[in-house]
Amino acid sequence: MPTRFAGAALLLVVTLGACTTAPPPEAPTPPVSTDPRYGLEPGWRDAEVAVSAVELVAHRDRPAGFFDPDNLGDLLVGFSDMAFRGDLLFVGSFHGFNIYDISNPSSPTLRTSFVCPGGQGDPSIYGDLLFISVEMPNARIDCGTQGTSGAVDPDRFRGVRIFDVSDIDNPRQVAAVQTCRGSHTHTLVTDEDNDEVVWIYVSGTAGVRPEAELAGCSARPPAEDTATAYFRIEIIEVPLSAPQNATIVNAPRIFADPATGEIAGLWPGGGHGAGSQETSTTNQCHDITVYPHYDIAAGACSGNGILLDISDPVNPVRIDEVLDPNFAYWHSANFNNDATTVLFTDEWGGGGAPRCLATDNPRWGANAIFRLEDRSEMELAGYFKLPVPQTELENCVAHNGSIIPVPGRDIMAQAWYQGGMSIFDFTDPANPYEIAYFDRGPIDARQMQLAGLWSTYWYNGRIYGSEIGRGLDVFRLTPSEHLTQNEIDAAESVVVDFFNAQHQDRFEWPATFTVARALLDQLARGTMGGHIAQWRAELDRIEALAAGAERRSALTEAAEGVAAMRAHATGADARRLELLSETLSGLAQ
Amino acid sequence: MIGRSRIVIALATSLVAASCVGGTAPPASAPAPSAEPAGGPARAPAPYTRADVAFMQGMIVHHAQALDMTALVPARSGNASLRILAERIEATQEDEILRMSRWLAARGETVPDPHAYREHMAAGAGGAHGTRMPGMLSPEQMEQLAAGSGHAFDRMFLQFMIEHHIGALTMVEELQQAGGGLEAEIYRFASDVDADQRAEIARMWDMLTVLPRGS
Repeated sequence: MPTRFAGAALLLVVTLGACTTAPPPEAPTPPVSTDPRYGLEPGWRDAEVAVSAVELVAHRDRPAGFFDPDNLGDLLVGFSDMAFRGDLLFVGSFHGFNIYDISNPSSPTLRTSFVCPGGQGDPSIYGDLLFISVEMPNARIDCGTQGTSGAVDPDRFRGVRIFDVSDIDNPRQVAAVQTCRGSHTHTLVTDEDNDEVVWIYVSGTAGVRPEAELAGCSARPPAEDTATAYFRIEIIEVPLSAPQNATIVNAPRIFADPATGEIAGLWPGGGHGAGSQETSTTNQCHDITVYPHYDIAAGACSGNGILLDISDPVNPVRIDEVLDPNFAYWHSANFNNDATTVLFTDEWGGGGAPRCLATDNPRWGANAIFRLEDRSEMELAGYFKLPVPQTELENCVAHNGSIIPVPGRDIMAQAWYQGGMSIFDFTDPANPYEIAYFDRGPIDARQMQLAGLWSTYWYNGRIYGSEIGRGLDVFRLTPSEHLTQNEIDAAESVVVDFFNAQHQDRFEWPATFTVARALLDQLARGTMGGHIAQWRAELDRIEALAAGAERRSALTEAAEGVAAMRAHATGADARRLELLSETLSGLAQ
Repeated sequence: MIGRSRIVIALATSLVAASCVGGTAPPASAPAPSAEPAGGPARAPAPYTRADVAFMQGMIVHHAQALDMTALVPARSGNASLRILAERIEATQEDEILRMSRWLAARGETVPDPHAYREHMAAGAGGAHGTRMPGMLSPEQMEQLAAGSGHAFDRMFLQFMIEHHIGALTMVEELQQAGGGLEAEIYRFASDVDADQRAEIARMWDMLTVLPRGS
């Protein structure tokens, strides 16, 4: 038998050899890590856990109707992304959504389960309007579970659903805006000068629907059709008083070359052979994060990271774009609170692959962190990847996360699928480092099942995790060498009304002694360390004073003293001194 | 190369695992006592079509050729960017072969030998997979590539791999035309392949444009 058939023969022999013999010889093993997260015992509800500087304060399994006990990895009913409003948490799913009451974060209670199939179920909430992204072909306009059929089905829905949730127990779909490529994710966009409408940026990455199913959808290349469904995002305008009238108002060509008007402007150019242009380009965005306070947005668009000016939300303009020199491709983006740094994630393998192997390049499937100059120019500074390998049984790659509002530092809690959650400090974008983590063993001992944390977001004092297979996790930070109780208290003192991860709002801290102490703890770690004991003593003394003129003037004096020290500090410490001075002045009011 | 032997062993292991998932053998590692449901293929995979099966079987073979191409890079290219790109393509497609094999095995469908294509190609454009799949290189083109080095190799590699990737995108499109790609895992997998290869094509065009002229 020719040797080239040996491979097939090996497979055949092994298969016929059935299950009774010892498993085949192991391939050479990668170096084993001593990190407790490597090689955790598998399990669904009882997997072994490794944890550092956080504690799991609550867990809820997926509710009935949203899991199949015989198929834990059935993505069609898995949890996906999350959004928050007041004491409510909205968890999206490929099968609909669930609403939890989180007024007591240690004991979330399920309020409403709503079945409406159609992945991925990415949710946003604004007031009484819940937006849900749908791209998969089984989705129906009527939320039915019977699915659809064929290439053209008039009952099919792919786009953004809008639900009125003024009655939380009875969500009502009031609009279903169809788009040519469906909606893989979407982004809520607001304008502080406009309280009558909000917008939804739609990122579609799936196939273009036939014209017979949705008029005006063209899958032809731009050279043949300038109205092509590629190379654009859609913008839905939603009148808040009449959401049923939500409609697409623009489909801007954000990849266009501003000089030539070429629609496929981020594609290197022609002359590479007939038929090449239509398929080979940055023609879609995976996810866009807007930061309306600074009128900017970061788009993770196929091979490019792009920066958009959104001062006119209906007409975003591209102002910068980057390629990663290490060939990572980006899927989502986060800004730090000051919008001086932007972080892109490379979802290598799409989330369904084990891309945290010890043999994997640490710059792939990771975060690439850029300095943002003048909020208009990006410059690569560093990378961060989950700093522990995971096994072949665990799908793992950088995924969704959000900023933890510790004043004076840039800290993010991020989901890595079955790689668990990693919390890291990227205050110095060139030198990010991990400060806390949570991980479970694989959900299945025998084969890789798609599971793990889809998103981990900070919201009003806690970190919430949507675990695709296992359900809802709630975490609380605990103090460590990397984070003091004062810093945790300062973060927990920030309260917001609602939160959507791709719609970043600027965190502001109340002027409190806790915030001041948190900043002192940070300064103690740096070159200002020699002053800290004295400042802490002074702060204690001032706090003990009765409220009144003496206390106010002591605070003002302290604020001025700290401000004067700024000249001696650089980088993050300068910023901390500035914040400390502001906090002390604020306390003096 | 660790990667290649890893595929064979892992394929074998996954086949054994899949065929052992008949409820007759205990799970590979017994978890602590709990109410966890016993192992077994009680899962009934969602409906899929013959087009889905043909897609996965074909793509395994399609990917295998891409790996044959990337295997040529270390000894022939001094281009640092191209070497990184080839590594990424290799790591991605090796893993995707595993994923596709698992999907087929879990459904009792035939898992093709990734390298059987070499015989089919050598024998002419026939064989179990019919005519050559979109974007695949002929044996002559593979020989040409293997004989190259330096900038000439770089140019050939990029041009051939771009065509190869475009071929993969074509296969995804053909799957959709044939009414497949609706089953959840296939949908997700095909979307991932499409997204990653699309981005890779763009980067390869970029690299082609900066190669020295005349190479």
